[in-house]
Amino acid sequence: MMDIVTWLTEPFQHVFMVKALLVSSVVGGVCALLSCFMTLKGWALMGDAVSHAVLPGVVIAYALGLPFALGAFVFGVGSVAIIGLIKQSTRVKEDTAIGLVFTGFFALGLVLVSKVRSSVDLSHILFGNVLGIPPQDLQQTIVIAVLVLLVLLVFRRDLILFCFDPTHAQSIGISTGFLHYLLLSSLSLAAVAGLQTVGIILVVAMLVTPGATAYLLTDSFLTMGWLAVASGVFSSVVGTYVSYWSDASPAGCIVLVQTLLFVAAMVLAPKHGLLGRKTIRPFSR
Amino acid sequence: MGTVRLCPGAQPPPRIVVHNLSVSYGSVLALSKVSLQLKQGIICGLVGMNGSGKSTLFKALMGFARPSTGTICINGQSVAQAQRHQMVAYVPQAESVDWDFPLSVADVVMMGRYGSMGLLRIPRSCDYEAVRHSLERVELWPLRHRQIGELSGGQRKRAFLARALAQGASILLLDEPFNGVDVRTERLMAHLFRAFRYEQRTLLISTHDMGHITGFCDQVVLINKTVLAYGETSEVFTQENLALTFGGSVLDRSPSPYDQTNG
Repeated sequence: MMDIVTWLTEPFQHVFMVKALLVSSVVGGVCALLSCFMTLKGWALMGDAVSHAVLPGVVIAYALGLPFALGAFVFGVGSVAIIGLIKQSTRVKEDTAIGLVFTGFFALGLVLVSKVRSSVDLSHILFGNVLGIPPQDLQQTIVIAVLVLLVLLVFRRDLILFCFDPTHAQSIGISTGFLHYLLLSSLSLAAVAGLQTVGIILVVAMLVTPGATAYLLTDSFLTMGWLAVASGVFSSVVGTYVSYWSDASPAGCIVLVQTLLFVAAMVLAPKHGLLGRKTIRPFSR
Repeated sequence: MGTVRLCPGAQPPPRIVVHNLSVSYGSVLALSKVSLQLKQGIICGLVGMNGSGKSTLFKALMGFARPSTGTICINGQSVAQAQRHQMVAYVPQAESVDWDFPLSVADVVMMGRYGSMGLLRIPRSCDYEAVRHSLERVELWPLRHRQIGELSGGQRKRAFLARALAQGASILLLDEPFNGVDVRTERLMAHLFRAFRYEQRTLLISTHDMGHITGFCDQVVLINKTVLAYGETSEVFTQENLALTFGGSVLDRSPSPYDQTNG
């Protein structure tokens, strides 16, 4: 039987594992904090859309030698602007517009990947490449994650107000348009950071699941934020370890751990869990 | 108990001047050529049928609905300026918020203070004081740690009134504050509204309850897409005017649900 110390320390003998643990926990933590706002604002579908829509931006940026964050940013925010435009100017409903736009952008990305000569490996984008992340991507990913973290921390109170009651925000003279685009920009950037770790297909899990888990465990936003970040970092670390020892897909392992944590919270949460719901809340609708 | 600290800029006499205001949604005219003036230290009742444009008037006063014609002046400033200076507090008819949101009652009331805080919205001691004072006035201080959805309907209304109070605004716009509240909340609100008048605030309250109009409104505005009558309650709140407002007589008989009273 393998002893626990070996299990924990052996991966650190490999530089690629140290990098993988670093990137996946930083990105997992930042995406987790953002996921609190996504779940409370009801933007899970938007997160899915934006994370897919950044693909052509990433490919173009690689081809032109620009930072991939720039391409992701333009296409992420652009896709939401187009969704808004379709919703306003046609009779098509919002969820249809979201479905339309993100698949369209994603398809454009696929075509570009197969036609534009670049070093982009499609499977890395789709399923993540945390074990073989190139040094310049590593740097960019960390910078993006720290930037998003700072934005969320500095503007957290305004963003909570924006998610809870935008009407009130407007009535006291706070610009909801600014906050909307701030949250959207953070989403685009976090999506591209998460893309490096778990890939486009699973990045939405990092942007939704930790927040949903934490939401079941507490009635205080502050606690929710800490719990989400803790569960995000924990999932990244445990998922990366499990993937090392079982030789399974790191992205799959990380997201699977997140999902298991959610299931545990769903069943065991003291107040809002299936087992813990002893008393019915007195006035809930 | 002192009064709630007013923010800088909220001190001059509150006055709302609406001149020739029209608002339309697409091709539907919601309000047409509305003119009225509200003085400092009065309670003005806003009366009209459903769909008569009461909520639209509130939305226009809050800058949520763009006027197609006319002007709105609040303390001599534009709506946006008045909002930035925390002169106006608005309590909408139905709070369309997510009641499961992880916020306590005190957190929500603190949001009333955001407009006068710094960029990082770090509460100062005067902000905590204002929150405490507001919660005490609406008798929710003991429930301040409750999650917002764990309040009853009447308590929720009081929590949002406390948020408006914490804002320290001299003008309060209240859209159907008495809708669906319990007797205790109704009495407390009526008492508070009189206290606000004493504090020289200006209140515009829409209501369906005629008893409230005669009970504590100094002035009344009767509207149906436009101002039908407006002035001192004793002069304006007559049966003829009400008949004009509701398209039939309201006070002399109780109509059966099948009555078609098209005036």
